[in-house]
Amino acid sequence: MYRVELGEEILKVKDLRVWFPLKRGIIGTILRKPPLYVHAVDGVSFNIRKREIFCLVGESGCGKTTTGKALLRLVPIYSGEAWFKPRKETLAKLEAMGVTPNENGMVEILHLPEKKFKPLRRDIQMIYQDPYGSLNPRFRIKDILEEVLIVHKIGESKEERLDLIERVLEMVKLTPPSEFINRFPHQLSGGQRQRVAIARAIIANPALIIADEPVSMLDVSIRAEILEVLLNLRTLLDASYIFITHDLAVARYICDRIAVMYLGKIVEVGDAREVIADPLHPYTEALIAAIPDPDPENRKKFRDLKIKGEVPNAVFIPPGCRFHPRCVYYDEMKEVDKELGDLCPSTEPPLVEVKPGRYVACYKYPLVRSLVKTGVLSPGREGR
Amino acid sequence: MALLEVENLRTYFYTLKGVVKAVDGVNLKLEKGQTLGIVGESGCGKSTLAWSLLKLVPPPGRIVDGTIRIDGMDVTRMSESEVRSKIRWKKISMIFQGAMNALNPVYTVGEQIIEPILLHTDMTREEAMEKAQELIEAVGLPPEILNRYPHELSGGQKQRVVIAMALVLDPDIVIADEPTTALDVVVQAQILNLMKKLHRERGMSIILITHDLGVVTELSEYIAVMYAGKIVEFGKAEDIFLHPLHPYTQALIRAVPRLKGDIHKLEYIPGQPPDLRNPPPGCRFAPRCKKVMDICNREEPPMIEYEKGHYVACWLYAKR
Repeated sequence: MYRVELGEEILKVKDLRVWFPLKRGIIGTILRKPPLYVHAVDGVSFNIRKREIFCLVGESGCGKTTTGKALLRLVPIYSGEAWFKPRKETLAKLEAMGVTPNENGMVEILHLPEKKFKPLRRDIQMIYQDPYGSLNPRFRIKDILEEVLIVHKIGESKEERLDLIERVLEMVKLTPPSEFINRFPHQLSGGQRQRVAIARAIIANPALIIADEPVSMLDVSIRAEILEVLLNLRTLLDASYIFITHDLAVARYICDRIAVMYLGKIVEVGDAREVIADPLHPYTEALIAAIPDPDPENRKKFRDLKIKGEVPNAVFIPPGCRFHPRCVYYDEMKEVDKELGDLCPSTEPPLVEVKPGRYVACYKYPLVRSLVKTGVLSPGREGR
Repeated sequence: MALLEVENLRTYFYTLKGVVKAVDGVNLKLEKGQTLGIVGESGCGKSTLAWSLLKLVPPPGRIVDGTIRIDGMDVTRMSESEVRSKIRWKKISMIFQGAMNALNPVYTVGEQIIEPILLHTDMTREEAMEKAQELIEAVGLPPEILNRYPHELSGGQKQRVVIAMALVLDPDIVIADEPTTALDVVVQAQILNLMKKLHRERGMSIILITHDLGVVTELSEYIAVMYAGKIVEFGKAEDIFLHPLHPYTQALIRAVPRLKGDIHKLEYIPGQPPDLRNPPPGCRFAPRCKKVMDICNREEPPMIEYEKGHYVACWLYAKR
């Protein structure tokens, strides 16, 4: 919507995996069967620049929320790295604790001891989906916001903190602040609560905000207002967002870039508008074809769904390209194009830049094939 | 005579904190085979309206005024047992919101589908099972599903089972209350395709209740827009989307981000819907309306036919 100039890279995620082990049961334990995992996030890499709104989209269970939680270390990771560029103040604190940044001023955040990660919690904040569940019902709005300041030791005195709280409430358009400051969450509407949740996320001046479906629980008529608040804040705070959503129309409206996830992996990344106008991956194409855009013509035709079956279980990920059992393109081409017929079910496609700024993991594109065949890029599932 | 005629329907909830006027003077007409979409935001009374049509309003709610005529029979004056034997399942059935919870976890799918058949007809178990099998195939599921329990099915499959159940006694009207809200887009599109197919094959009327302006266009020939317990605009889907009259409808359409075309700045409607215990006098949308006039705050606008078949309740169009 409003494009802004992006700054340097502030987050680099490399091959992140979050696998949840399943309980083995007594027989499995005795027989020493190998443990089974739910592959919630299975090798995800992306970079985010300053002031960028980066969108993770996908259906439920594709791992988009888990990716966000992993970056905040709310779930244990299996492997992978995330390099993050903290704000100056935070970096100074980290250096005092003995953490040395790389030459770009970035620190690896997923393998730090929890104690050293704590200062970073100020820089990376989260906005949750449900504004009814994410605010403590027994806290007044000012207590909800002041808690953040106390935890991160921001503000010398009570007055200073109160002043900051009022300023933040104005930023999220809860005006006049004096009218909201002493209220409890149940005295606010859904949209107002979500603005309190946003205020809580921004009050410590974070560099990265992870917004997990921040508007999906809100009514259509107030969604736009929340999206506008979020858009205004990024320039005001110089912050980047990871915006997690299942709604591609919202993603197109608010994001700079979109990453489409399927079964724990990113299958396509690119400019938000380009990806939606011209999807490269067969899954993205199917996803977009399934969305009803408000148009009275819709009822006159059946939707052409280029996808088969249902999302498979994340424990037993299909070999090769994880989408191939559902892929209509693979079905049509596997006999005609022998090479594709061989590759899709056997070798996981890596994410390759096939056009400027457009990355896709699909053997439909000759470049992806040749890079894998010549061994320039290793297939995505290496290291398993 | 229309298949369904609703006149001046009022359904109120008598809570300890006051009377919530969830549905407050709704008029509707539906002919055989028509599809009607009811759109509105949460709390506008659209689900209460659906429950009222089946006389299933949960206490402390009840229908306090108005008539509902289905095939000429006045449902509002019927006793509970009459409604059960003459109306529900046979004339009008419902696909409930959240199919996941609409099925009984301790019965197989087949048992649940045949239950209403055995209760309402004199079919034998075998005949009923045959009918169930026919229905389960009509909704695109393999027959072995009949022997499964609900927890063995995916969300999309459960939704299909719930749709099959709504069709057991070939009702004239099927009400679908947010049938796809909990589903992913791909599954949602499959379910909507299925409902289109069933509508074409069986010719029943469908009332689709949703908050999603995209979903409503998938199925509905006519659309009623509800706000704070009242229908504020009614017309053909084309009229509603291409020439919306009511400021609420206009704002709602402009508040939705689109997948195609230019990205224009989204509009939002300031404020929030009124408390239905104590709605504002005059037009209920007036406190949030950009085009509000003096009269809007004083008098309730009448529903008028502005163009042929396109009705609106707004003082901008009504003659004073």
